[in-house]
Amino acid sequence: MATLVQAVRLALHYGEEHLGVTDVFGEDVGPPLGGVFTATQGLKTAWNTPLDERGIVGTAMGIAYAGGRPVFEIQFCDYAFNVIDLLKVAGNQRWGSAGAYPMPIVMMTPTGAGIRGSMYHSHSYESWASRLPGWKIVMPSDALDAYGLMLSAIIDPNPVMVLLPKALLRVRGDKLIPGEPDDPAELSKRIDAPLGDRSKWVPDWPAVEKYLIPFGVGELVREGQTATVISYGRTLPLCVQAADELKAQGFSFDVIDLRSIFPYDWQMISRSVLRTGRVAIVNEDTEVTNFGEHLLRRITEEHFYDLLVRPRLVQGRHVPGIGLNPIYESNSVPQLDQIRDALRTLATDPA
Amino acid sequence: MPSPQKSYSGSEDYLPHRSGPAIKAGRRVFSGFDSLPGDRCLEIYKIMVRARAVEERTLKMSKSGEGIFWVGGPGEEAFNVCLGLQVQKGCGPAFDYLHLHYRNLGIMLAMGMSMADHIRQMAMTATDRHSRGRNFVCHYAMPEWNVIPVTSVIAVQYVMAPGTALMQKRHGGNGVSVVLGGDAGSSEGDFSSCMVWSTRPGNELPVLMIVTNNGFGISTSTKTQHSERNISDRGEAFGIPGEVVDGNDPVATWFALERAFEHCRTTRRPFLLEAMVSRLHGHSSSSGAARVHNETDCMRDFERRLIQEGVIHRELAELVWHDAREEADAAVEQVMSEPMPTPDDVDRFTYAPSPVDAVYPEDYTGLPR
Repeated sequence: MATLVQAVRLALHYGEEHLGVTDVFGEDVGPPLGGVFTATQGLKTAWNTPLDERGIVGTAMGIAYAGGRPVFEIQFCDYAFNVIDLLKVAGNQRWGSAGAYPMPIVMMTPTGAGIRGSMYHSHSYESWASRLPGWKIVMPSDALDAYGLMLSAIIDPNPVMVLLPKALLRVRGDKLIPGEPDDPAELSKRIDAPLGDRSKWVPDWPAVEKYLIPFGVGELVREGQTATVISYGRTLPLCVQAADELKAQGFSFDVIDLRSIFPYDWQMISRSVLRTGRVAIVNEDTEVTNFGEHLLRRITEEHFYDLLVRPRLVQGRHVPGIGLNPIYESNSVPQLDQIRDALRTLATDPA
Repeated sequence: MPSPQKSYSGSEDYLPHRSGPAIKAGRRVFSGFDSLPGDRCLEIYKIMVRARAVEERTLKMSKSGEGIFWVGGPGEEAFNVCLGLQVQKGCGPAFDYLHLHYRNLGIMLAMGMSMADHIRQMAMTATDRHSRGRNFVCHYAMPEWNVIPVTSVIAVQYVMAPGTALMQKRHGGNGVSVVLGGDAGSSEGDFSSCMVWSTRPGNELPVLMIVTNNGFGISTSTKTQHSERNISDRGEAFGIPGEVVDGNDPVATWFALERAFEHCRTTRRPFLLEAMVSRLHGHSSSSGAARVHNETDCMRDFERRLIQEGVIHRELAELVWHDAREEADAAVEQVMSEPMPTPDDVDRFTYAPSPVDAVYPEDYTGLPR
């Protein structure tokens, strides 16, 4: 089973071979490193850029104007704040030109906490990204989804942002990517660059196959009766674990992996809330104008009389950063205990 | 003044009626050792007049209620027209890409855009081919001529040009990515990014960087903010050759552009050209757009030179102006009868059709349902 970051690499390889990807680029994306998280090792179109995020985004747009299909990496989403105007422009090119200029670019960037990344490697980005009309925003929480979402991102002729949860990049999936070797050790041997001199190394790519996850389709990863939990990215597996643990206390949960931040799967959310009448949204972005607030607003407006108890949003604290000492991180963004407590409270709140 | 005949294109249209031939055989107009033949000068002159006429008419629209906001390039016609006439026009990486800013009407007219297609954007009509009434005037977008959508965000075009140039270099041929901005915009980091990305060792790119230096960013004089001798000098650190040209002089400009284009087309490397130009109606209608009289007017200067050199005569000049103004008036009249966008247009063109989008397979249709 591939890890999430290996799945991204396999998807980009498939994109180069079969979907017309012309360029995979960014800081340290090309050889010898192949990305600080190894997402781009061995790719034939991968190249290194100057340390200039604005140049990276602008160049991607230029390549797309001229008929290319670029995938670019912003090394950490923490460094995508100085390009937000360019992202806005990329999102409005088709609308602003009355359909004359599509903008088929893919931006991928590691997001969120969980690796003790301190103040400048722990930000979340989805709430910012959700305010970029014209873009589509996705965030996988396992390897197979990362593969399927990345292929869809490449195929979609609009700007697509693939947010990669840092904390899950090394987590191995439990489902095989079509064409992936069964043995993880074999996969690693074939596609992970060796330490040391890599100048003569070439990957031995497995013949991975097309596998798409459409945008706007969530996954119901647990089915239950008591309440609905909506999450994505790093907090999704924590929600699953919390839901599983609370089963022993007689509670069962619909756990929805949103996968697409925008467009999101409103039908899945709506159906579940209608059935359970109890809902919590869990993510790690900061709590003032958190993307989850938008979902809460819609749920409240459209399901006000279906709700049995007040809806909840479990989220990161509105502080300027996540400090290096683990005490900061564990008290800034949702952890398993906090999520489990929130779900128990949601489940037991008198209707 | 003689009774004008309606005629807009080709110098022969004005010949030989009434006052004799317009161009006297063998006449040339000089700038230093450079000179252009009379027929080329007349071609440039006539487009410059058309550009000025439609700018003035568009500006009037901002005051009459036929439009809302005006921004443009009166004072930059000489440079823009010479540039537009030298562009290799077409679609795709075999041709030049144009990353313009919002003072480049003359380029588009020289390339063959109609006045009406400028005015439609001013009038915000649904027939506005650049933006369907969504963007300010002079914010063009024409994929068939590689005109990249113009934004009001200053200098962002400089980070896009290396991308198109990269594709041109891969494609082969001699296409150039032309990127223009003002002097104030050169302060942005994106301007420096363009130099860095165009000169990566072994990956140099055919980017023709142009600064039209009118001396101001809205109300702020460049001299109070910049200490470099010339903006084009900044290329030296990157090995980018540069030149400063009097952008009010079409003859000097023509040859400076020829040299710059030639460098980019043949070496596949960047060039930085700085053109000193005037700003004859201020920044935009937001500052009143009143006529400025203490700056050189390239239009009147060139006209005077053409008359002095015997390339044209006064009556012909008046006829050219008359025809251009009539053309602009007729275009406005036509455009104002055209349909406006409707509320149904608001969402349109947000997304291109996608085979992998379960919510928006065709286009945006409001929040996910």
